[in-house]
Amino acid sequence: MMEHLLSVDDLGGRAGIESMLDLTDSFLEVTQRDIPKVPALRGKTVVSLFYEDSTRTRLSFETAAKRLSADTMTFSVSTSSVNKGESLLDTVQTIDAMGVDSIVVRHPAAGAPHRVASWTSARVINAGDGCHEHPTQALLDAFTLRRHRGPSLDGCRIAIVGDVRHSRVARSNVMAFHALGCELTLVGPPTLMPERLDGWPVAVTPDLDHVLPDVDVVYLLRIQRERIGQALFPSLREYAARWGLTVERAARCKPDTLVMHPGPMNRGIEIAGEVADSARSLVTEQVGNGVAVRMAVLWSLLGSGGPIV
Amino acid sequence: MSRDEMSRDEMSNGEVFVQGGRVIDATGERVADVRVVDGTIVEVGPALAPSAGATVLDAAGCVVAPGLVDIQVHFREPGREDSETIETGSRAAALGGCTAVVCMPNTDPPIDDAAVVQSVLDRARVVGLCDVRPAGCITKGRRGEELAPLGELYDLGVRVFTDDGDCVADALVMRHAFEYAAALPGAVLAQHAEDPALVRGGHMHEGAWSARLGIPGRPAVAESTIVARDLQLAKRTGGRYHVLHLSCAESAALVRAAKADGVRVTAECTPQHLVLTDEACAHFDPAFKMNPPLREQADVDALRAALLDGTIDAIATDHAPHTPESKDVPFEEAPPGMLGVETALAVVLTTLVEPGILTLAQAIGALSWQPARVVGLDAEGHGGPIVAGRPANLCVIDPAHSWSVDGARLASKSRNSPWDGWKLTGKVRHTIYAGVPTVRDHEPTR
Amino acid sequence: MSPQQAGESNARDSSGREVAGAVEDAGAGDAGAVLRTHVFDAVDLRRALTRIAHEIVERNHGADDVVLVGLYTRGVALARRLASAIASFEAVEPALGALDVAFYRDDIGLRPVAPLGPTEVPDVSGKVVVLVDDVLFTGRTARAALDALLELGRPRAVQLAVLVDRGHRELPLRADYVGKNLPTRSSEDVRVRLAEVDGDDGVDLWGVPEREDRDR
Repeated sequence: MMEHLLSVDDLGGRAGIESMLDLTDSFLEVTQRDIPKVPALRGKTVVSLFYEDSTRTRLSFETAAKRLSADTMTFSVSTSSVNKGESLLDTVQTIDAMGVDSIVVRHPAAGAPHRVASWTSARVINAGDGCHEHPTQALLDAFTLRRHRGPSLDGCRIAIVGDVRHSRVARSNVMAFHALGCELTLVGPPTLMPERLDGWPVAVTPDLDHVLPDVDVVYLLRIQRERIGQALFPSLREYAARWGLTVERAARCKPDTLVMHPGPMNRGIEIAGEVADSARSLVTEQVGNGVAVRMAVLWSLLGSGGPIV
Repeated sequence: MSRDEMSRDEMSNGEVFVQGGRVIDATGERVADVRVVDGTIVEVGPALAPSAGATVLDAAGCVVAPGLVDIQVHFREPGREDSETIETGSRAAALGGCTAVVCMPNTDPPIDDAAVVQSVLDRARVVGLCDVRPAGCITKGRRGEELAPLGELYDLGVRVFTDDGDCVADALVMRHAFEYAAALPGAVLAQHAEDPALVRGGHMHEGAWSARLGIPGRPAVAESTIVARDLQLAKRTGGRYHVLHLSCAESAALVRAAKADGVRVTAECTPQHLVLTDEACAHFDPAFKMNPPLREQADVDALRAALLDGTIDAIATDHAPHTPESKDVPFEEAPPGMLGVETALAVVLTTLVEPGILTLAQAIGALSWQPARVVGLDAEGHGGPIVAGRPANLCVIDPAHSWSVDGARLASKSRNSPWDGWKLTGKVRHTIYAGVPTVRDHEPTR
Repeated sequence: MSPQQAGESNARDSSGREVAGAVEDAGAGDAGAVLRTHVFDAVDLRRALTRIAHEIVERNHGADDVVLVGLYTRGVALARRLASAIASFEAVEPALGALDVAFYRDDIGLRPVAPLGPTEVPDVSGKVVVLVDDVLFTGRTARAALDALLELGRPRAVQLAVLVDRGHRELPLRADYVGKNLPTRSSEDVRVRLAEVDGDDGVDLWGVPEREDRDR
């Protein structure tokens, strides 16, 4: 049984991921009701502990918790004692002492949720840690894609384009998509590819135009302006010209090729606005499915009551 | 020690008698008792008898070796006495079998000034558990810009100069340090070889694990490029160069070639780099964070080979205490470094000697007489040989003693040991520093 | 971690069968359970359903406003059979729904609870909803079903149809339509088999000998 969700690894491979996606189906139905709420986690308390601003992820988790009737608390770093120098350990021990059931952690340092998990009896969910992982993003992406290409994603060809090196989304998605049988190609400037790819079940190329005609999904990553200052690529203009999904490039894809992006998008840089808004784009749907996926995760950690034997 | 023993010691005649052990030093191995009087070895031979009133240390089944010499420790005094002091560090060193250590100058204030050197020496003398030799900074404030007063420090006995913790990145500064140190016979420049630009923002070895974990890396090439540069400078200036905690295969190859080329270079590596790999970081435990970082199996193998063929002269621990508060944080926010001085011998015996990678004599040599030679402490009575007339700096090792490491119960003021929970075989039973037992039957005498 | 998978591979434990109290399991998964009696064979089962179908139509003066909502897993299959039975003698086939009560159970966190399938219920406002389940035991599943149903709309009335009522109610609930009243010990287990789920039709009573000794 899953104790925490710190990494896609914790989901238990293909079977575990698929059962989580199946569970998400049940919750998607709940979110589409007139009263999109069930009493499943009445009396449970979920705390979001966010050391990075990410209103969309935090709201998605808190909405999920509320739709399960859990109580939610936000520990926002900007208004808290962390500003007075309180350590992560002390903060977690304070939250733990309040008797919460789950802590949703977003932190700029890789592995911070693992540390939190070692300090609390609450179930810890990784909502993004440094460049490490973002497992619920991978689940919602897989769920979204499965609704279009499912039930099986075996053989689905996905290009993940952009700053893979610094992307927690890419790390989680590579693992999840691979577990589900997808064929993955990483595309981007070599400076933004992982320094070493031992054990990564992927092909790598700098040439986006070469892979576009063959792929079923183009998954674009957000590009950060600060990488220019680190001498990783010369300019946003050059990036957009070589690795942006422009209207012209999108036109060279197969008619049914889908476009995904974890958001927030830099329109006109990694993705053209017209492409983001086109029929092949799943971007809005990804966001919508986030709540159902996080309901499934919260339920699995807090509600299912233990392994079914 | 019980009150009875204490009083007996006080009434003793000044003789310490090490009985029934197997003596191992650079000259070889023999079964012999060792008689020590007033700090000096007076007799070594089989089946001697202790004189009446002697303090007898049982060495049956044990190895009697020269005291160990750890040429890279951080005792944090002055400045960070909350993590370690000269007293707690010396006690840990004695428990680890050391009779001499070289403590690094990245204190606060740094050891770039004669007054700081003198204060460390004075404090160490008062503590009296171990010969604590401060290394001096190469540059003022360890800023890598202006030379520290190498001569003044030298006059107080400093022989090792380093900006450890930081690399002297400026090649011209390093060249001038080499040239200047030529006026100081026996001085050695020791480099923490990591190019600061190449490791900027990095927290672990750059490799498959850093890529998987999303932790920015510190590539091996950051070390080997500095080693290559410094070897060129040492060759050109004729200066003496020592590579601190050498960690990767490329650096080992460079040092091997330079030695063959006649460059005056020595190198050390740590037990952790001889045993652990970057995989240890997979669970984000900051106990395994250090600079240079734990590398890959190929590097571990290369370091072992380099130790065997003499490319690497010594094992040193880079004993780096950090308070629990500073280590109980996310990996990327934790300071680098780990405890080591108390566990080094046991780790080496368990992981390298027991599996037959090193002989016992090779292991002791790498921890004792070889490092003593690197820093010139062989001329000051450390590292043996165990013969009449030499100062009595000894350790008695029980190679069969099995124990478990508990970071919180080590003598160090901090507890950041990556060996926490490890079951080790081999432990120091007695340590004798300047003729006085500092550890007796596994316990510090004070 | 894999509730649905486990639900399928261990249908007897997690298919919505009621258990007494909360944590104390009625023995559904007990090793050592022995078959005590065949309560229904396939013919008995068909007759009981036919009778219930007629009772539903009779009681509600037709089937126009009736919605049959099955509770996962076997209640869904039973509701489907009732609907076709009614269609065979009435002009209309009643509307069908399927309800998963997992998120409404009162023993969440006390024992493994897994959703068993997607809730699909047509508009029930103003309708007579007949909840359909295989076995009525403690009444806790029916209670959860009422809560789940009432969040989906406001039916004119709610009725309950079960194939077997085995007694041992823990809540003040009763069934409107019962295929068979079957006195049981709390330690015993009533297992309904349906062709759609289990391969064939029947109802069996299982018991655990030691447990019965303890009961006395």
